[in-house]
Amino acid sequence: MSTAATNGALVHVDNVEKVFQRGSEQIHVLSDLNLTVPKGEFLALMGPSGSGKSTLLNLIGGLDRPTKGTVSIAGDRVDELSDRKLADWRARHIGFVFQLYNLMPVLTAERNVELPLLLTHLNKAQRRKHVETALQVVGLGHRMKHYPRTMSGGEQQRVGIARAIVTDPTLLLCDEPTGDLDRKSGDEILDLLTALNREHGKTIIMVTHDPHASARASRTVYLNKGQLSDKPLL
Amino acid sequence: MKFLPLIWSNLKRRKLRSALTLLSIVVAFILFGVLCAIKHALAGGVSYAKANRLIVRDKVSIINLLPETYKERMKRIPGVAAASHQTWFGGHYQDQKNFFMQTPVVPEEFLEMNPEVTMPEDQKKAWFTTRTGAIVGKSLADKYHWKIGSKIPIQSPIWAKQDGDHTWEFDLVGIYESSLKGADQALLFRYDYFEEARQVAKGKVGWYTIRVQDAQRAAEIAKQIDREFENSSSETKTEPEGAFAQGWASQVGNIALITASIMGAVFFTILLVTGNTMSQSVRERAGELGVLKALGFTNNQVVTFVLAESLLMACLGAGLGLLLAWALTARGDPTGGMLPLFSMPARDLLIGAAIAVALGIVTGIFPAMNAMRLRVADALRRI
Repeated sequence: MSTAATNGALVHVDNVEKVFQRGSEQIHVLSDLNLTVPKGEFLALMGPSGSGKSTLLNLIGGLDRPTKGTVSIAGDRVDELSDRKLADWRARHIGFVFQLYNLMPVLTAERNVELPLLLTHLNKAQRRKHVETALQVVGLGHRMKHYPRTMSGGEQQRVGIARAIVTDPTLLLCDEPTGDLDRKSGDEILDLLTALNREHGKTIIMVTHDPHASARASRTVYLNKGQLSDKPLL
Repeated sequence: MKFLPLIWSNLKRRKLRSALTLLSIVVAFILFGVLCAIKHALAGGVSYAKANRLIVRDKVSIINLLPETYKERMKRIPGVAAASHQTWFGGHYQDQKNFFMQTPVVPEEFLEMNPEVTMPEDQKKAWFTTRTGAIVGKSLADKYHWKIGSKIPIQSPIWAKQDGDHTWEFDLVGIYESSLKGADQALLFRYDYFEEARQVAKGKVGWYTIRVQDAQRAAEIAKQIDREFENSSSETKTEPEGAFAQGWASQVGNIALITASIMGAVFFTILLVTGNTMSQSVRERAGELGVLKALGFTNNQVVTFVLAESLLMACLGAGLGLLLAWALTARGDPTGGMLPLFSMPARDLLIGAAIAVALGIVTGIFPAMNAMRLRVADALRRI
């Protein structure tokens, strides 16, 4: 595993290009993109639909590989890892929060939160302790045995956040975490993310369409036509 | 083990679909068990055959009788240790559905030829001295609640007594047991009584059982016996006891082929049903599998989950099916005497278990490979 120069930053995206092949057509989603995220930052990533926000998030999270350029997280060259090593790396370093929560409907809240811990060497009692702590952090300690279908959207997203933080990952990646919620529930989720950032020092990258959500972040960057800027394009 | 709740939960996802698939596997394995029991019942004599025993019958057909005088000539052939004869009686008790094996034998010769048959000494003596005496297997005695001293009337459509009556009444003097499972379901009566009382075919018997001194020489002695009776009015065909039993069973047809054909069709159908269920199930939760991969589960782990799921389904269904088949066949012969050896051998349970594992792997492997090939980013877009 090669190590990139980190310069104190947690995330380094250097000269990244991402091209998708659709039939004979090549679609350039990201072009020569650079991004640095310091440790402990809460970064909001905004942009119109199809601008490449989720693609960038996938590259940082090791779910996809860049066509060109490098992605380094905490010194690890993510773009160079094999599939197997990438899976291990994701389990240790990344917590994902999805727009549609993506919980397993057949598992209770505690079983959903326990999923990432199944990949560790923790025993059952230790896993249970971690799960309880994570669910208490998101305010759902009393709903451990409940199935997702019996919970509101806001509660499901909180379970999703508990699942993302239960392994104490290096980086939280949130793909429109309030996109499917009403304003009140959305605010609760944003409160939770802000608390995780400020009180627990979690580095967060959040993709959002919502200026109200991005206002909670310590910095906002804008993506348009595969390019990043510090200001929204008019 | 820690992944078991996850695998189990997926089976409960679509309860009705899982239940119907499970039910079809259960039914297939019940059928498998019952067919194995029928096959065992029809061909079971083959497995009980002794290597040092030969059967001598008429060369043209088993229904043609042989002279009783052949016995002494056979005994004189070097290497023959003993000879005894039996004759198909073909009767029933009270009702035609109460059918079981009946045959006249010379008691001393029969017991010497069949050491697996045991009974108390006083009962043996009673049989040797009672002209109308008969012995029955313990299972048969239990079934019809016969006790020593019972009078047993048997109607034989083949054999009439000299007065034209087809009803033969025997005095039950002994109840035997056999070390061979299912071989205690016959009624054996004295040949001298039969010979004296029967109206026709006097001096004729159905077939002979020969015990040879050296099993290694059985084939050679069989040829010698057939040569002995060449060009006589009743030429013989001598074969090992196993081959005779096989020939007897083959009168029904090629049982192994029939069983294999039915089971092949059933399991092929089950393969399609279960395979379709698994494919559908994996297709429906492509997004969830993508989430698992995003959380850090490797491709191999996802493959293992899908395979474990299909194996669990197949083994659960097969286990239930084999258990029910075992319970059904353990009740014994459902035909009232036509299939005395009706039971499911333990060997077939193992074969059933092996089929279940194969079914689980074959039905799970293709969906598992699809799950493995699933790209995380693509899978998450499907949600």
